Amino acid sequence: MKALARFYLLAILVFLYLPIMVMMAMGFNDSALYELPFRFTTRWYVALSGNDQLISAGINSIVIALITAVLATLAGTMAAVALDRRAVRGRTLLQLLLLPPIAIPWLITGTAMLVFFFWTGIGRGMHALLIGHVALAIPYVVLVVGTGLRTIRSDLEEAAISLGSTPLHAFFAVTLPLLTPSILGAALFAFAVSLDQFVISYFLSTPGFATLPVQIYSAIRKGFTPEINAISTILLVGSMSVIVVFAIFARPGGARDKR
Amino acid sequence: MTNVDITSVAKTYGQVPVLADITTHFAEGSFTSLLGPSGSGKTTLLRIVAGFITPDSGKVAIGGADVTETPVYARNIGMVFQSYALFPHMTVAQNVAFGLARRGIRGAEAKKLVDRALDMVRLPGFGDRRPKQLSGGQQQRVALARAVVIQPSVLLLDEPLSALDRRLRQEMQVELKRIQRETGLTTIFVTHDQEEALALSDNVAILDRGRIVQIGPPAEVYEQPKTRFAAEFLGDTNFFKGAVSNGALQLSDGTSLRTAAALPGNAKAMVAVRPEKMQIVGDGTEVEGASNRISARIDHVIYAGPALTYVLTAKDGTSLKIFAQNRTGTIHPEGSEVTLAWHPANTIPMEDAA
Repeated sequence: MKALARFYLLAILVFLYLPIMVMMAMGFNDSALYELPFRFTTRWYVALSGNDQLISAGINSIVIALITAVLATLAGTMAAVALDRRAVRGRTLLQLLLLPPIAIPWLITGTAMLVFFFWTGIGRGMHALLIGHVALAIPYVVLVVGTGLRTIRSDLEEAAISLGSTPLHAFFAVTLPLLTPSILGAALFAFAVSLDQFVISYFLSTPGFATLPVQIYSAIRKGFTPEINAISTILLVGSMSVIVVFAIFARPGGARDKR
Repeated sequence: MTNVDITSVAKTYGQVPVLADITTHFAEGSFTSLLGPSGSGKTTLLRIVAGFITPDSGKVAIGGADVTETPVYARNIGMVFQSYALFPHMTVAQNVAFGLARRGIRGAEAKKLVDRALDMVRLPGFGDRRPKQLSGGQQQRVALARAVVIQPSVLLLDEPLSALDRRLRQEMQVELKRIQRETGLTTIFVTHDQEEALALSDNVAILDRGRIVQIGPPAEVYEQPKTRFAAEFLGDTNFFKGAVSNGALQLSDGTSLRTAAALPGNAKAMVAVRPEKMQIVGDGTEVEGASNRISARIDHVIYAGPALTYVLTAKDGTSLKIFAQNRTGTIHPEGSEVTLAWHPANTIPMEDAA
């Protein structure tokens, strides 16, 4: 039974990671047509270093994801706190309204944003992409931080207030430190939502400004080269490192015995 | 260390009155229990004294100063919560020092006070531990130290022992009483445990549907309950109903029961008698002057070693319960007819009669 469980877990991991492993390996294969036998090369990475379009798209993606993570986490955390701790009028309705954006197909959201941004004169480009990504990420942040808040008993804040804290001080001295793992998790979520985003980014990109997924999509239409595997690998290693570092330091939901 | 005065305090949530015109006084250094079933308003009253709830009308004064409009953090209260509410991200010492820091006491002086508070709750050397590393009883002690170390004007305890098991609860009752004596803090204690209230308090206030129905020393409230609710909520009680005739209560079967003072009027009335005050005639030494007597049939006997509980039916149909000490080893059999006797002084007229 135990062996079976282990095999099952292994099968899931293979299912999840095999395509990615193949993709990474092919970035180091000499054949431009992904042919075997495997011959090691780094020439696709060299070629990539000369591909300004892909590199700048990669940088755009990371910059937008970082800014999105910061803005969406700030806005979403404040919304979550307001919804959880303050007696907001129509709280249930507001909470319900936060959920549909997660379920609405991105194609529809993207079309709506494109139409709206043209109509209001916001247009396309980096600023439009940022607005779109932040809007998209906020519901996730509210969900993650809201869940974290519910695990922190409100009588902790009351205890602080009874000891002489103003409500604001009680929030910063007690609730916020306990909420930090949730906030970091939410920021990571927002970062991933932005980095991952294709449909909305595609609609809001301009010929001079694209994110990596959009750029890869255009590149593929012209022909697939292992350069794409190379930049994908770099991006993957980068985001995996972020997650590992986060997992080590924040330990969401885990023990908090050490300081 | 100050007195607390509540004047005409009322609170309504929507259409539901939670507290209805409460006026009471908590004397300096006294230990008062607010006792009542859930929904009686006892927690609401405590939270109004703390300042977490603002009353719709009325005044709260601590040490003579009106604090009705003062926010919680400026009231200088010490509060212990049912869930302990220790800050999990701080050490025990940091928890205890929290209120001191808010009062500008830091460094060596704070450390001295924290150590002294931890000594008082018998947890010396626990300062560097995390709340999670402590048992429930130890966490409760830390919560108590944290509330007491700031020398609050009043100590408010919101069912602090209800999360502990029976053994620990009894141990903590003793500790709580000792610490209250040592600090001399005016203490208000919310509980639904009647034995706890009787054992700990100088005064017990019984609340029912937003009103204090009776307040007084434990023995007075227990021995002289004023209403059916107070009598029933605090311990077991037998009630007799009848009509007043010549200052005595006449039951439907003609039996006459006397009270300490003659009953007024000639309307219907109800009296209460505690089960342990009634004695089966012939069960050893009789209480002198036990002149109230009725006949009853024993329906059930519950044998519990040192004490016996008899469930009986009186001649007039009233069902009764009595507690008897197992002095002689005699157990009256079920179905037997006995005579019960007790003193008129233990026959308490109810104000909310009939």
